[in-house]
Amino acid sequence: MTGTISDQEQGPDARAEDGGPPLTSGSGGSSAVPGSGGAPAVSGPGGRKLWIDLLGLGSVALILMALYGALIVAPTEAVMGDVQRIFYFHMPSAWVALGPAFTVVFVCSIIYLAKRDLKFDRIAGASAEIGVMFTTITLVTGPLWARPIWGAYWTWDPRLTTTLVLWFIYVAYLMLRSSTAEGHKRARLAAVFGIVGWIDVPIVFMSIRWWRTIHPTLINGQGMQMDPTMQAVLMFSLFAFTILYVYLLIVRVRQLDLGSRVDRLRQQLLMR
Amino acid sequence: MGFLSRSWAIAQKDIIAELRARETVFSMLLFGFLVILIFNFGIEPGLREENLVKPGVLWAAFIFAGILGLNRSFASEKENDCLQGLLLCPVDRAVIYLGKLLGNVVFTFIMGIVVFVFFSVLYNVDIIATFLPIGLILLLTTIGFSAVGTLFSAVSVGIKARDVILSILLFPVMVPVVLAAAKSSASVLDGGGLSGGGLWLVLLVVYDVIFLAVSVMVFDYAVEE
Amino acid sequence: MTHAPEPAIEVRGLWKYFGHFPALRGLDLTLAKGRFLTIFGPNGAGKTTLIRVLSTQLKPSEGSVSVGGVDVAARADLLRHRIGLISHNTYLYAHLTALENLLFFGRMYGLADPRTRAMDLLTEVGLAGRMDDRVSGYSRGMQQRLSIARALLHDPDIMFLDEPYTGLDQHASRMLRGVLETLHTRDRTIVLTTHNIDQGLEMCDDVAIQVRGRLVFKEPIGAIDRGTFEEAYFEHVGKDYRWDS
Repeated sequence: MTGTISDQEQGPDARAEDGGPPLTSGSGGSSAVPGSGGAPAVSGPGGRKLWIDLLGLGSVALILMALYGALIVAPTEAVMGDVQRIFYFHMPSAWVALGPAFTVVFVCSIIYLAKRDLKFDRIAGASAEIGVMFTTITLVTGPLWARPIWGAYWTWDPRLTTTLVLWFIYVAYLMLRSSTAEGHKRARLAAVFGIVGWIDVPIVFMSIRWWRTIHPTLINGQGMQMDPTMQAVLMFSLFAFTILYVYLLIVRVRQLDLGSRVDRLRQQLLMR
Repeated sequence: MGFLSRSWAIAQKDIIAELRARETVFSMLLFGFLVILIFNFGIEPGLREENLVKPGVLWAAFIFAGILGLNRSFASEKENDCLQGLLLCPVDRAVIYLGKLLGNVVFTFIMGIVVFVFFSVLYNVDIIATFLPIGLILLLTTIGFSAVGTLFSAVSVGIKARDVILSILLFPVMVPVVLAAAKSSASVLDGGGLSGGGLWLVLLVVYDVIFLAVSVMVFDYAVEE
Repeated sequence: MTHAPEPAIEVRGLWKYFGHFPALRGLDLTLAKGRFLTIFGPNGAGKTTLIRVLSTQLKPSEGSVSVGGVDVAARADLLRHRIGLISHNTYLYAHLTALENLLFFGRMYGLADPRTRAMDLLTEVGLAGRMDDRVSGYSRGMQQRLSIARALLHDPDIMFLDEPYTGLDQHASRMLRGVLETLHTRDRTIVLTTHNIDQGLEMCDDVAIQVRGRLVFKEPIGAIDRGTFEEAYFEHVGKDYRWDS
């Protein structure tokens, strides 16, 4: 009856070995993306992985190439002129946000609720942050493009308007996350909203589209002719942005993982 | 005791408690009236375009007042930690959701009717002709609003900045509902009946069905600890 | 009380985190059916958290918790009709009357005849005369008595009490003691937490000490005397007094 505290002081999402080195981590080591095959990290905090740095360099290179493609390779658009080139960044940003970024939030929310592994909560949070970033880029490049061509910053085009609502939904998601301390409660609440928000998006899009077809706009969002070169540049840009998203996600999730471990260690040290 | 009767027992409890406390209902109504009033001062009466703006004013007032009501609904469970007491009981969480939903629908719908009456007085709307179609739109809108609103209330009840967070979470998700309500009521208020707005009613129904189903499924996770 | 073959409560390695803070740290507990356990501990020891996990209000972060043979993390829904909870929260609706409160919870517990049961309990706790008054008009002691009635509505097998004597007047304290005696006689399993040594030792079968999220002492009351117990208590609590009030 000594009341001593055992050495097993690890938290719920890292299985500890009794008396083992305090930085032993559990599932998947420090590699952020599940199934990415990263080696279990018994090394010290934030051991830099070469492949991640290479991925970063690669994505920067791809973006630069996409820039080159957009500015130099693609021919000038017949109707809109050079301003149209912004489209090669505007559209892929929108795609990354709507496609992978927010869908990952949705999927990870569901997986978290099923498995209760905080890892998935961190991935969801990181993906939402990056998604909001890309959405902001979309919302900024859109008006920049619209103004010289159609004379107005905002045209209530269905896709852009949906993107605006999307921005609000995921900013709300981030605000929800920042209003509670990290942990299972926050993960649970964020997951609930993450699920509802994502399901709402197609409905929002449909409703705004009906709205705009019933009252046809003076300004048509289409009207772009794309020849094969332009399509190729666009595809490439899409690819480059997707790789950039993946890189940012990996880096951010690693950061969150490490932050979480630091917090846990700090708690344990305080307890002694 | 069946599923529905237990839900109704919860709704009944909420309604009785609220009728006695009388805190929420009056503030909801007052707030709704105030919003309409404020909007009115921002818009010149008798404008040609007034008919385009009218529905927007009505539904904006409805949503703002509705959120006030939602905030109160779960706050009353916070007193004496009643929600915990309810969660201790062997009731399916879906029953709790449905019960709270029913209570919210009743209060929000009543608020909507009263606000609409106030609105039609201010804007010279023919109440007799428009009452039934607006009532239908109001019902569908209330269901959609309350379905998601009840869920998000449960989510935000455990958070410090509860009221603000609820609004931030709810507004963007309500966009299709507000749009549908405004568009379908626009033709009614214009004197055209529901003919122009049929599609929007369909959207409301679809929204209601989808989000009722989703909310029932995830409500468990919102209230557990 | 003889030991029943299957323990009423079986907890192994229970951890509960709030964010990164571990309120319960690898707690173990076994309690046989029909035993009355009193858990002593200073504030901050995690007694309330333990009770909340056992009564299915909170899910364990880690470890196994079995109450009445049911795994609390997986099938809490099977357990709720068999457990009762009395805590410093009354779980009463202020704007409803005492009778309405009991009727409501009676329906939630699926009782066949909530009204009769409610009336019987109101009489038992001495509130029959004021059953049509709103709870908001009740004194603290009356509210606690009503809360006791609420907890007894469905005649639970296992009763949890979290510092139930806090803020009780003489009348209510005496009544609570009577209720506990009755429950004990009827072979119900009881777990009571308190930080007051004087209050808890009277009726229990087993006594335990909880400090900083773990049980550091658990003995049948017959095996020790008061002096030994007090010594043990001050040894454990005094040593870790840093964290507690």
